[in-house]
Amino acid sequence: MTDDMLPPVDDLTAPWWDATRERRLLLQKCGACAAVQHYPRRVCTSCGAVDAHTWVEACGLGTVDSYTVVHRAPAPGVAVPYTVARVRLAEGPLILTRLTGVPDDGTAFDAELELTWLPLADGRHLPAFRACAVPSAGRRGD
Amino acid sequence: MSGIALAGAAECDLGSTGMSVLDLQVQAVKRALDDAGLRLADVDGMATNNVGRFSTTALADYLGLRPAWVDSSFVGGSAFEAYVARAAQAITAGQAEVVVVSYASNQRSARSRSLGGVREDHLPEAQFEVPYAPLYPISYYAMAAQAYLHRYGATREQLAEVAVAARAWALLNPAAFRHGAGPLTVADVLAAPMVSSPLTTADCCLVTDGGGAVVVTSLERARDLRHPPAVVLGYGESTSHTAMATRDDILDTGADRSARAAYRRAGLAPGDVDVAMVYDSFTITPLLSLEALGLCPPGQAAGVVADGHTRPGGRLPVNTNGGGLSYCHPGQYGVLLLVEAVRQLRGTCGARQVPGAEVAVAHGTGGIFSHSATVLLGVDR
Repeated sequence: MTDDMLPPVDDLTAPWWDATRERRLLLQKCGACAAVQHYPRRVCTSCGAVDAHTWVEACGLGTVDSYTVVHRAPAPGVAVPYTVARVRLAEGPLILTRLTGVPDDGTAFDAELELTWLPLADGRHLPAFRACAVPSAGRRGD
Repeated sequence: MSGIALAGAAECDLGSTGMSVLDLQVQAVKRALDDAGLRLADVDGMATNNVGRFSTTALADYLGLRPAWVDSSFVGGSAFEAYVARAAQAITAGQAEVVVVSYASNQRSARSRSLGGVREDHLPEAQFEVPYAPLYPISYYAMAAQAYLHRYGATREQLAEVAVAARAWALLNPAAFRHGAGPLTVADVLAAPMVSSPLTTADCCLVTDGGGAVVVTSLERARDLRHPPAVVLGYGESTSHTAMATRDDILDTGADRSARAAYRRAGLAPGDVDVAMVYDSFTITPLLSLEALGLCPPGQAAGVVADGHTRPGGRLPVNTNGGGLSYCHPGQYGVLLLVEAVRQLRGTCGARQVPGAEVAVAHGTGGIFSHSATVLLGVDR
């Protein structure tokens, strides 16, 4: 990923991105209704509270909601194939992410996943997921 | 019944035209007005998009019109079904009398389509989704297809049958981009280059120039015009997500809410529908919509299509023009659903005519199942 492809950051999301430097995946928890959500935003989509969230750390486990293996590069310089997935985090929210170590044959839906990290050029990381080496033993990822 | 009708319908040039968007818009608008027996000067309402940042003012300027009502909602290819609903309301409220709903794109000639979509840095997807490089919108439809196959035990071959059926219709439509391409087989679809699994290039709609227009006016006025009116019986709409991981159930598109509202307004049930024009951006798209419209039981649309029921001569004719998969897909396809529905109700579809079609549904899907809009049309009785 080149510098001009680095994800932007804003005031609200800076803590989320900073945590990825330490390979920690944060989720928003609403101070009013306790709902947990991803992606981070000002509004709680469960109760409508604004700026009421705190950050909690995800345990790093998830399951496949759905996935697709991309075979055509969306832009020059992107290596294919790779797997894009919707992963259901143990805390409940969905996250769009990358998957590794999961076969493209429909059995992926049964896979237990653990967090892993893809480094970005500026020291931040992208959360990604891989099949658990030992089922139910995964934690934060490395 | 709304007391509103579609009095004119036409395509602009389709395929690879080498023309500008405005040239194609002029064709679409003029041909639809000619079809209705109306003139540009009769138009006092306009709905369109994709012309520029200010689409309706730009088109009004180009056509030399000063409409009393406009709409340029930008919700994806289903916008045109929603425009018909808004136009019906505007005409009923007395704000306009003759509304032209139009669309045109030169995306094939201009090579303006990008597999990755457009990154808007101020939106959350730029931070939380774009970095994973999904194809936009293809990868979302691919994930929906994968989930559909998994949840319902449908087969990859059944999914391919959607494209096979579309081709069968296109062979009967001289205006279809694939009219001369010969039949498509399931094996052809599966052997086509993989784009975003399980979808191959043959599961994806065409990328063509094209567009069209429909003329919306009161049923009373439409009765005095050139062709029998296609009466607007009902409409509905639903708006949802735009990010790929916010809709909790990827197969819950909101199309059922749109469809229910349309049936309720029309006082009709799914069994009353004679012919269905259902947005087919990808092979998965019409499967979910046919189920949401109540035309197939949940989880069974793939089997219904694979059994041949949606093909020519089938009991549930779907996308009789050949659809976005084999006829034309100019980026936003919704206006062409309406054009074909009108032609079926007039009985002017020639070799692909559904005998005795009296009720047609046009169901649009915008974005990544982001917006659904349904219009029920019927003959004037």
